[in-house]
Amino acid sequence: MLLSIKDLHAGINGKEILKGVNLEVNKGEVHAIMGPNGTGKSTLASVIAGRDVFEVTSGDVSYQGKNLLKMSVEERAREGIFLGFQYPVEIPGVSITNFMRTAVNELRKHRGLDPLPGGDFIRLMEEKKKLVEITSNLTNRSVNEGFSGGEKKKNEIFQMAMLEPLLAILDETDSGLDIDALRIVANGVNRLRRPDNAFVVITHYQRLLDYIVPDFVHVLFEGRIVKSGGKELALELEEKGYDWIKNEQD
Amino acid sequence: MESDANHILDQVTQGEYKYGFVTDIETELAPRGLSEETIRYISAKKNEPEFLLDFRLKAFSHWLTLKQPTWAHLKIDPIDFQDIIYYAAPKKKKDLESLDQVDPELLATFNKLGISLEEQKKLAGVAVDAVIDSVSVKTTFSDTLAKHGIIFCSFSEAVQKHPELVKQYMGSVVPYTDNYFAALNSAVFSDGSFCYIPKGVRCPVELSTYFRINAANTGQFERTMIVADEGAYVSYMEGCTAPQRDENQLHAAIVEIVAMKDAEVKYSTVQNWYPGDKNGKGGIYNFVTKRGICKGSNSKISWTQVETGSAITWKYPSCILLGDHSVGEFYSVAVTNNHQQADTGTKMMHLGRNTRSTIISKGISAGKSNNSYRGLVRISKNAVNSRNYSQCDSLLLGEHCGAHTFPYIQVDNKSSVVEHEATTSKISEDQLFYCQQRGIDTEQAIGLIVNGYAREVLKKLPMEFAVEAQKLLAISLEGSVG
Ligand SMILES: Nc1ncnc2c1ncn2[C@@H]1O[C@H](COP(=O)(O)OP(=O)(O)OP(=O)(O)O)[C@@H](O)[C@H]1O
Ligand SMILES: [Mg+2]
Repeated sequence: MLLSIKDLHAGINGKEILKGVNLEVNKGEVHAIMGPNGTGKSTLASVIAGRDVFEVTSGDVSYQGKNLLKMSVEERAREGIFLGFQYPVEIPGVSITNFMRTAVNELRKHRGLDPLPGGDFIRLMEEKKKLVEITSNLTNRSVNEGFSGGEKKKNEIFQMAMLEPLLAILDETDSGLDIDALRIVANGVNRLRRPDNAFVVITHYQRLLDYIVPDFVHVLFEGRIVKSGGKELALELEEKGYDWIKNEQD
Repeated sequence: MESDANHILDQVTQGEYKYGFVTDIETELAPRGLSEETIRYISAKKNEPEFLLDFRLKAFSHWLTLKQPTWAHLKIDPIDFQDIIYYAAPKKKKDLESLDQVDPELLATFNKLGISLEEQKKLAGVAVDAVIDSVSVKTTFSDTLAKHGIIFCSFSEAVQKHPELVKQYMGSVVPYTDNYFAALNSAVFSDGSFCYIPKGVRCPVELSTYFRINAANTGQFERTMIVADEGAYVSYMEGCTAPQRDENQLHAAIVEIVAMKDAEVKYSTVQNWYPGDKNGKGGIYNFVTKRGICKGSNSKISWTQVETGSAITWKYPSCILLGDHSVGEFYSVAVTNNHQQADTGTKMMHLGRNTRSTIISKGISAGKSNNSYRGLVRISKNAVNSRNYSQCDSLLLGEHCGAHTFPYIQVDNKSSVVEHEATTSKISEDQLFYCQQRGIDTEQAIGLIVNGYAREVLKKLPMEFAVEAQKLLAISLEGSVG
């Protein structure tokens, strides 16, 4: 098993947001997490990535058999956890090239490898840029600075392709994408799918799941996963809306 | 949570100085203290012509009438000027003809600084004039330069070989009456660099001087003079380090630049002198007067500085825009950490018509440090149709540091335009988390973010300097990140 979350409770400033989440993700699987606004989807993603503004009050999370909650943010990243941000952050003056070069070399250092020679790095970047159909000058620009919403999301997938994570959590990577961009992003993900990695895709739209076909769909509601099923659950949600879930809960 | 982020910042910003070592070279010292005798001693040691001794003595008697200024946003312990040694020279066994004859200890020092002369000689044609404790030890590339008629030598050598040039220009941009430390320097200056680019010559290499303060208790008083004659161009780089010592050491230099008609001078500085320890003990007092004059029309002077060192920095590289259509530029990154204090900025004096100036200042403060930008833009009545654009940004790392901006603007005609923008920002927790999520640790993340913040200025530096400056920025903020 890649990731196992048991009865996870977490919150911020004393306010509980996750109220007992259970989730198991195996290698080779794609999970979709859906649910109304403000129910804790991004919080769950942040807690898995290790963001320390959120406080874990109880529960266990194991990743590749190790206690994930004991690891620092960068350790988790180097061990293969990738978070595609719902709101990617701007870093003025730092080019994507420079940013990715630092990240790739940190990853290599962690694996006991020497830094990637300049030429090899450029080649790697060109290859991955094709995967998400990024035009060449975007990578010379500062990280996310002045990027359109769609460019920011493509940049997240590009970074994922560069780092080849084992567990990729994509938080609403489809929001704000036009039809073409959606297809590009989804194709990017599909090409990166391997038997030894897994994806957790957070989305509001069934549309994305036409492209990235999930093995499981979960509904996160008021801090808990209240319903899980196959890909047909997404269709059902689309049809019936969240009131259906709310009513079931009451 | 806020405090957690601060805790991390605190940890990574408390780096130790990397260049703290003392070179064991036999040194010849002047008697401690400052008097007319000291000045005569220095002048005699250097076998100076009468006019220079006169200049020194006049400067000294003027200095005696002055009081140390108190207006900068700095806390300065009183300086005991009688407790300083005003002249220290490595004892020369004989004149040096090649690099092999240079004191091996000295070469080792350069190696520790990462600027071996051997390498530098080969590197992209950089001519290095290395100054250790006042006396220029070795000038390389002089032959190539001589072919173009370029004079690039130590100030002392210029005094001997080109006294007429020295006499003509010395004190013409920074008179000894200019300020307290300028008067002091004019009285006791020991050595420095001299550079003259003849008419129409584009200097084919970057000229570079590395300064280093070595002997204990010696103030260093360089004087640098750069003259670009009509249509000439030169790019000049100055880099500095000093070993770790407990006593504060005084550094009061003067740099004068003259740009004639159509000439351009680029002056770049990377300053990383010993900043003192974490508790604010020790460190260099860096009180420097740098000024250039755009004498002829269409001339241009640009100052680029990366200031990461010194306990106290007090400097305002300035431009007098006398020629019509002349251009002055000031690009600055100043980093302060622990207990460092910096009060730096520029003065742009617009006197000619259609003159333009640009000021980009990036202050970065961490620890308990204080970082001030102080700038004056004055556009005189005759400087019609002139323009200035100033942008002063401050970046704060943590809760205990300070950033201050003191812009002074005076415009005496109606056709000129002055624009001033200022921002203050912090490294956000979001940015740090984003970097960390990509596997980049906090130290490196701060290095990246800070370098990104300063990029506008760093890209103005010559290539070989830019790389060094980027490393320095990261190092001075946390200790080990490259
Ligand atoms: N930093 C924070 N400070 C205070 N409250 C927060 C913070 N982050 C999240 N919350 C709160 O936690 C709850 C869950 O937020 P979260 O972002 O996880 O929701 P979400 O399911 O991702 O919603 P959306 O679909 O709108 O993205 C919300 O009520 C939100 O306001
Ligand atoms: Mg969300």
